[in-house]
Amino acid sequence: MPDGVRPVLDVRDLRTVFTTRNGEIHAVNGVSFDLRPGELLGVVGESGSGKSVTMMSLLGLLPSPPARICGGAALFQGCDLLKMTPEELRAVRGPGVGFIFQDPMTSLNPVFTVGYQIMEPLRAHLGMGGDQARARARELLEMVGIPDAGRRLKDYPHQFSGGMRQRVMIAIALACDPKVLIADEPTTALDVTIQAQILELVRELRQKLGMAIVWITHDLGVIAGIADRVMVMYAGQVAEQGPVRAVFHDPRHPYTRALLKTVPSVRGERAARLNVIQGQPPILMAPPAACPFRMRCPQAFARCGRENPLRRAVGPAHDAACFWDYEAGAPLPDHPMTEGAHA
Amino acid sequence: MPDGAAARPLVEVRNLRMYFPITAGVFRRKIGDVKAVDNVTFTIMEGETLGLVGESGCGKSTCGRAILRLYEPTSGSVLIGGQDIVALKPRALRDLRPRMQMVFQDPQASLNPRMTVASIIAEPLLEHTSMTAAQRQTRVHELMDQVGLNRAFADRYPHAFSGGQRQRIGIARALALNPRFIVCDEPIAALDVSIQAQVVNLLEELQDSLGLTYLFISHDLSMVRHIADRVAVMYLGQIAELSPREPLFARPLHPYTQALLSAVPEHDPDLEANRRRIILKGDVPSPANPPLGCNFCTRCPRVMEICRRIEPVLTEVEPGRHVACHLYPQPDSGRANGAPTRGQ
Repeated sequence: MPDGVRPVLDVRDLRTVFTTRNGEIHAVNGVSFDLRPGELLGVVGESGSGKSVTMMSLLGLLPSPPARICGGAALFQGCDLLKMTPEELRAVRGPGVGFIFQDPMTSLNPVFTVGYQIMEPLRAHLGMGGDQARARARELLEMVGIPDAGRRLKDYPHQFSGGMRQRVMIAIALACDPKVLIADEPTTALDVTIQAQILELVRELRQKLGMAIVWITHDLGVIAGIADRVMVMYAGQVAEQGPVRAVFHDPRHPYTRALLKTVPSVRGERAARLNVIQGQPPILMAPPAACPFRMRCPQAFARCGRENPLRRAVGPAHDAACFWDYEAGAPLPDHPMTEGAHA
Repeated sequence: MPDGAAARPLVEVRNLRMYFPITAGVFRRKIGDVKAVDNVTFTIMEGETLGLVGESGCGKSTCGRAILRLYEPTSGSVLIGGQDIVALKPRALRDLRPRMQMVFQDPQASLNPRMTVASIIAEPLLEHTSMTAAQRQTRVHELMDQVGLNRAFADRYPHAFSGGQRQRIGIARALALNPRFIVCDEPIAALDVSIQAQVVNLLEELQDSLGLTYLFISHDLSMVRHIADRVAVMYLGQIAELSPREPLFARPLHPYTQALLSAVPEHDPDLEANRRRIILKGDVPSPANPPLGCNFCTRCPRVMEICRRIEPVLTEVEPGRHVACHLYPQPDSGRANGAPTRGQ
């Protein structure tokens, strides 16, 4: 992506808090990112790192209470999604932003036919009539590679296999030709051979339709295969962000490094023992005042316990939120950080 | 470890079949079978880890449960330490239970939420030994140390622990009676990547110190490559390929294994961009109605005419490497004798 292109989605300092019986959980703590037209941004993190909550906050998909968005802005085509009324948001979902959920079994309605569920957004958002919507629905099913699409429109979700259901979900998300597609772990529930089919489909669709995609996953391999840019999340913050090659070949955050080393591969050398990230991710009852990774970090030193590192540039379009300078092999000099991207 | 002449088979599975009946109508008339495990034969050596991989629904978990007789197998035999546990009377089977244990996939569901950690780990001791309360407590603390749980948490309930710690509780419970053979049924599938490595390393440490034998069931090929000495690849209730780890991952023989391995994404953008992938068409057929001939013939990229007629037999094609595929020489007698060549 050339620089200077206006992003389709620009999120600044997003904060989301859940109120529970035991106190507040700070799930998203000042996340900033942008998404440029036609690009695929991969979002990686463990469960509880806030990757899904970030994306769901943007579209008002979290029930409130318990969730509360307590700060930030999310500009989509110049309008702040976080300030929109429910009606305005409704108009954005579909033609503006499409969403694919993780589990295709629970996100399709079992009592309506697949055809009805694909036609619903077409009628609601694009005002299509019955025949027109049916023709478009059939076209969509063919596009996502479901054989005998015309007849399958009358089938119910249980008559489809897991991979086929995920294709239907993709067809629904694509129905209104969205500018941005958010895919929340779309292949996690699928087998590897079926996952390979879906990834192939997404590669094709990107070339054909050219929309921007946010792909949430915990599988680094999937990201390596399809993403242009990666954002690594930890404890509701962005730990590292950059072009996919830079992040995989020259990771600058200890968490990214550890994550890449801990996963074994099916090819190449086999390690005698797996590298381990000791300990557990933190439970955030308060917004982090220090580096949330310091307890598990091999590089941690005194400053990490005093301040929460801001994101700083470590390469072209590549930034990391860490006080350790891997180039120098030493901590950064202890003065206030200057870089613009705020954590 | 498996090499060396001293290795003896600990578990021998022969022609294991596990069918579940399909019934219909008010009288629950039987109209067919789901052939979850169909004629599976393999051996696990003492101290070895056999990885059992395959996609969901291929019968790998059913196979693991049938081997421990958590299901009643339809036919076949399972010899553990020379004793056929399929034929044993309930009483005798119960006496053998301490020697074989299981670690389950979902540590959330397999631990009783109303029991403390200490009582969960002590339950097998209470059932199978005549230890006093003090002896049990000592043993529980010993086990908690072994799996890396803090003794101070012995009186807490499972909900107070994270997923990885809960899996450690499950492992401690499985170890309580000093078993020789443990079936690990997707023990890391429910855990985060950074926690998976911790649990796998723990399982390996325990194997080294206690001389355990594992059947490691998983769909995660990269983890199986790490932990297993030999790997069996299952497809639709049957073993497609059974081979030592290194040659299997370096040069898979069966077209299904080839496709399965090529579908695993690589953690390297450059490799990913240039890698040749085999994308299989379609879905796995129903085990209630498997295709005629080779199980894999409906999706196989190298399918031949013979594959749709004759079922291939698991045959040793190279030392230690067994494949069920017509691309490789098959024994002349074919399926006539009904007994496929055994693993190892």
